[in-house]
Amino acid sequence: MNIDSIQNGFVIDHIPAGKGMTLYDLLGLDELDCSIALIKNVGSEKMGKKDIIKIDAAIDINFDIIGFIAPEVTVNIIEDGKIVEKKSMELPLTLTGVIRCKNPRCITTTEQEIIHKFKLTDKENRVYRCIYCETKAN
Amino acid sequence: MKRSLIDILDFSVEEIDELLNTAMDMIAAPDKYSEKCKGKKLATLFFEPSTRTRLSFEAAMIELGGSVIGFSDAANTSSSKGESVSDTAKVISCYADIIAMRHPKEGAPLVAANAASIPVINAGDGGHNHPTQTLADLLTISREKGRLQDLTVGFCGDLKFGRTVHSLIAALSRYTGIKVVLISPNELKLPSYVKTDIMDKNNMQYVQTTDLEAVMPELDVLYMTRVQKERFFNEEDYLRLKDSYILTPQKLNNAKSDLCIMHPLPRVNEISVAIDDDPRACYFKQVYNAKIMRKALILKLLKEAGTI
Repeated sequence: MNIDSIQNGFVIDHIPAGKGMTLYDLLGLDELDCSIALIKNVGSEKMGKKDIIKIDAAIDINFDIIGFIAPEVTVNIIEDGKIVEKKSMELPLTLTGVIRCKNPRCITTTEQEIIHKFKLTDKENRVYRCIYCETKAN
Repeated sequence: MKRSLIDILDFSVEEIDELLNTAMDMIAAPDKYSEKCKGKKLATLFFEPSTRTRLSFEAAMIELGGSVIGFSDAANTSSSKGESVSDTAKVISCYADIIAMRHPKEGAPLVAANAASIPVINAGDGGHNHPTQTLADLLTISREKGRLQDLTVGFCGDLKFGRTVHSLIAALSRYTGIKVVLISPNELKLPSYVKTDIMDKNNMQYVQTTDLEAVMPELDVLYMTRVQKERFFNEEDYLRLKDSYILTPQKLNNAKSDLCIMHPLPRVNEISVAIDDDPRACYFKQVYNAKIMRKALILKLLKEAGTI
């Protein structure tokens, strides 16, 4: 399989195998018209298997989404065909408009204009809770 | 600066102490406060009925010299036509100086607070928060025991769904020397997130038991809640367990002589009426204390907003 290297854009590397598609969806990559490669189940010494996403455009990326889904990911920022920065991810303190609260008693279920927002309440166990009803994200 | 009270933890321990001190002064010298909110309006927005909480807020504002507008049934409001909580809060901000809101949806008062230009007090949002009940509980413990530290506090009954229990545990977790005794059937145990997120994080000492009488002698405070039939999967379990969590004079035989018995009310049968005349029964004092703390709270929020 041959995938060209990119000139300006991002390589999202070390995505745990199976999470690539989730990231692809949450980052809204299906809405872009630039070249994008989602490579699944790539052999990795460190991880056994991993997914990789290559985006051939300098778009605005929501790093909070990547940090939430897979904080172990490295994002390589490419300019003029060279890696100019290797960005490590960490769990974001808040998540705005990324996931939805599933508690049927939460105000977000009836007021459609409210942006769903979660806060990190337990870093060790990666627990996020809705700021409105405190229900755990899952 | 405008501030609201949505969750009891919105206020620091120092701020709660300040409210308790104001409340004590209001009890000692009520006349001093009788015109503090003259010309100011409290809007009670009760999207679901709660006569006592609403009347408590209204009595509080009237005793401060202010007046009250509002509704107690969402059916007669614009929300029944589909108006959002945010829009309602913005509209009411043009009519009143402070809002007390009860809403069946969890988080609705926070949405209102984010939209309103005046302070919003959460008067209960579904099964989620009810911070002014917790303020009343703290004043009751403080008045009855003379302190909020070094106490063994028993919570008995439905600890799974009882929002007042969760909030009071959260509030007490910031004081030193608090030991919590959790007394409930296995079906209604305290949710694990309250233990991990609040009690463990604050190194709070706690024990769990199903036997109220066994732990009675060590309790300084006993906070009763109702074990509701609808919380059980089958009637057999309910019938087997319900009497264990009904407080009777007999169960108080080995209790401390200065035990403080509390209940958020309404009571159904979980505390025998025979206990009402016992000097240790504090649940009706809680109702009075709730009004006083709401007075202190309204005063604090209006002052901070620069309204008075």
